[in-house]
Amino acid sequence: MSELPRGWEMVVGLEVHTELRTATKMFCGCANSFGDEPNTNICPVCLGLPGSLPVLNEHAVDLAMAIGMALHSTIAPSTFHRKNYFYPDMPKDFQISQYDLPINSGGHLDLPDGTTVSIERAHMEEDTGKTTHLGGTGRIHGADRSLVDYNRSGVPLVEIVSGPDIRSSEQARLYASELRGILIATGASDGRMEEGSMRIDANVSVRKAGAPFGTRCEIKNLNSLRSLQRAIDYEALRQVELIEGGGVVRQETRHWDEDLGATSTMRSKEEAEDYRYFREPDLVDLIPDDAWQERVRVNLPAMPAERRTALLERIVDPAPAQRDAVIVVIDLGLESFVHAAVDAGADPNIALSRVANEIAASTTGHQNLSLEAFSRTVLMEQRGQLSSTQAKTVLGELLEHGGDPVAIAAAKGFEQMSADSVVTMVEGLLEQHPDEWQRYREGDDKLAQFFIGLAMKATKGQANGKDVIAELQARR
Amino acid sequence: MKTARDIAKNVNNGSSATLELEETLVRIKEQNDELNVFLYVDEQGARAAAQRVDEIVARGENAGPLAGVPIALKDNLCTVDVPTTCASKILDGWRPPYSATVVEKILAAGAVPVGKTNLDEFAMGSSTENSAFGPTRNPLDPSRVPGGSSGGSAAAVASQMTTLSLGSDTGGSIRQPAALCGIVGVKPTYGLVSRYGLVAFASSLDQIGPFASNVTDAATLLEAVAGHDSRDSTSLVEPSPSLVAHVEDGVKGRRVALVRELVDGADEDVVESVMKAVETLRAAGATIFELSIPELRLGLSAYYLIAPAEASSNLARFDGVRYGLRVDADDVAAMNEATRTAGFGKEVKRRIMLGTYALSAGYYDAYYGQALKVRTMTIEAFKRAYQQADLLIGATTPSVAFAFGSKTNDPMAMYLSDVFTIPTNLSGDAAISVPFGTGEADLPVGVQLLGPGRSEASLFSAARVLERADGRE
Repeated sequence: MSELPRGWEMVVGLEVHTELRTATKMFCGCANSFGDEPNTNICPVCLGLPGSLPVLNEHAVDLAMAIGMALHSTIAPSTFHRKNYFYPDMPKDFQISQYDLPINSGGHLDLPDGTTVSIERAHMEEDTGKTTHLGGTGRIHGADRSLVDYNRSGVPLVEIVSGPDIRSSEQARLYASELRGILIATGASDGRMEEGSMRIDANVSVRKAGAPFGTRCEIKNLNSLRSLQRAIDYEALRQVELIEGGGVVRQETRHWDEDLGATSTMRSKEEAEDYRYFREPDLVDLIPDDAWQERVRVNLPAMPAERRTALLERIVDPAPAQRDAVIVVIDLGLESFVHAAVDAGADPNIALSRVANEIAASTTGHQNLSLEAFSRTVLMEQRGQLSSTQAKTVLGELLEHGGDPVAIAAAKGFEQMSADSVVTMVEGLLEQHPDEWQRYREGDDKLAQFFIGLAMKATKGQANGKDVIAELQARR
Repeated sequence: MKTARDIAKNVNNGSSATLELEETLVRIKEQNDELNVFLYVDEQGARAAAQRVDEIVARGENAGPLAGVPIALKDNLCTVDVPTTCASKILDGWRPPYSATVVEKILAAGAVPVGKTNLDEFAMGSSTENSAFGPTRNPLDPSRVPGGSSGGSAAAVASQMTTLSLGSDTGGSIRQPAALCGIVGVKPTYGLVSRYGLVAFASSLDQIGPFASNVTDAATLLEAVAGHDSRDSTSLVEPSPSLVAHVEDGVKGRRVALVRELVDGADEDVVESVMKAVETLRAAGATIFELSIPELRLGLSAYYLIAPAEASSNLARFDGVRYGLRVDADDVAAMNEATRTAGFGKEVKRRIMLGTYALSAGYYDAYYGQALKVRTMTIEAFKRAYQQADLLIGATTPSVAFAFGSKTNDPMAMYLSDVFTIPTNLSGDAAISVPFGTGEADLPVGVQLLGPGRSEASLFSAARVLERADGRE
């Protein structure tokens, strides 16, 4: 994260577009599905054929309200408008969106760093199709030809607009990440930025501390948290340098080039379109009554902030690293493993560590690992039936293939070493390394690790470190 | 002339729908070259539909209330695999992959759709002179217009080429040509008939409705196409009304108000017919009184902001990208422009520009916003009127059918043809035009009856009283 020169402050607001995870599109019965053959999920309605009419998908409204509820918005009777402009991937040459009466107004989002960002609105709108430019330059100007895929046309979107409350690119990243967690928790979105199901525009301005807001520039279509953070830092610094060099920031829309690491002008305010918004006459007012709202509210799961608090409560005196681990575990939705293990009597520290490290790092997912198998593995480690290395191996096996931890431990030969064999092994080690033994006896405690390492090596990880230390101390 | 009720009865009793159709096709062949009513005659589809009806009857089943009745469709109603042009060059070559809900409904009722009728391009006009495929002639006097925009559908019935037809009414486009052609035309309550598959002109005003040579047939057709459609969000959810059963109910005890603003400015012969109609209803037992609804005078101005505003958005999709005409150019924007320049006619361009302007930043409040306020005033004014009266009566149009070219160079004069019909589209209520008496050159006059939403049954019974008094049993 780069710092702005002393005395300068950035002011950032984010507009996050999220595709809703409905089975069908916003106004027709076509499948809402990513990655299918082009132009296979289309019908007269989402192709905007003459005479076709939109019918609102109620499940999309459920999800939009769930987002609003999670953001503490006010849900109110709302209307749809037409946003008129010509674009080949928009089949009606207008987009159905919400304008002055969005379904969700106001609200706020609390971030894990203790700050709060206000929410201005979260409204519904339809997505456009996708244009591919072929040949020539490969961009819209200079391409030989363009192909349009209308599978995405009419996919439901919610646009969440924050207040201009964000003061650093790190806070912007935190906001986007926390919002993503909420979208996943509500079931509204899969949060897959790389597939475009969550896209971010950033409004960035700079000012001297305490001064009124400066002129803002909007950076379009940031599609990863890394791009978001880099683009904001670049843009804020660009504006500061422009002003300090005697220039003036012009209100405009800018494009972020990930490879160049720079923003560039897309269009100025003067070139901005007049969208000629007016009420969509083909739709009726959207009035979610109390019963409808209640139906959504009772099905609303706990949000990340609440879940973090619940998880932290189980850890006595959490260290900073453990707080970070909690954020990771909640982000990935893995806390049920920790809760299950602790409920079964496991040490929360061990359980959290195994979830935040081993399970979180799994590349194959965790669908093979049952809560019960995980709990038992942690308990086996805690009781010394498995060394930590062995416990990790057992977990790896469980993640990949599932199964019973005791059986896996047995199959791997992870029998607990008998007390006698530990004694015999330690005796052997001390004879082979008399100098180190002498120094340990004289008080060099660090050498305990040296002997544990040797013991692990000799037993291929089957020795329990605690037993080795106990034997060393007994002989000291 | 056989009525739709007669044909359906006979066909259901075993007379041939196919034969009925072949007679219809002969009539079309004889008259269409002169009158230019049909833009497309779907002989193959019609024969298949007639045959299906005959097969149903042969199995001993009832083929529906419109069994074997030949019907014409305004060419802004989508028909699967059959060209749908809106009388515009911009839809050149387009065959919809689906049919409008009303088309499915008339087929289910046993009707035989024979083809697509001429209209003012995208239903924008009052004479059918704005068609890209030449004007339709009035069967009663081929030197005069049939009215519009549903001029082709009105002329199809007036010329007896078909027994029934469907049109669309955005500002009077069914009632005005019905009046000028001497037949019955209905603008139903907004939402009574599904708009799914009607190529939109002004979505908040458009409504599909029937043309027929008599009131009972019009009621039969409307009953067949009315009803909730889950594909149209603005479709009424209430069950569709029983209409035919009430046609002979009469007007005894009904309160009928003659509305000054619905006759002011009309030609003398037209006013005379309206006054006679009022006396006829009085004689039939209605309570008659006069009423002034000054808000109706503002309707025309509001309409010519709201309708073009919606049209400017509805017609944006004709951009050359996906269907219809494409005029190639260097880039997409230039292609859009070249296509629309070549594909749209003068009146359509005029209204797109008007509507775009009315919605533009800085002008919205003064034009579109103001028009919406007038619309609300109109709705309220009608509501108050319908507290005092069950029905309102006035003229459908200011004059009988006018000559070709007499208003083409003066858009305002043309727009004024719809001054009496527009308010009902703004309010979303129902109205019917029924021929009553004659005027200049022995041409028919249309009397307009208006009622609140879902009052179609009582409009039909009042219209039926006038029809009988006018000598048509």
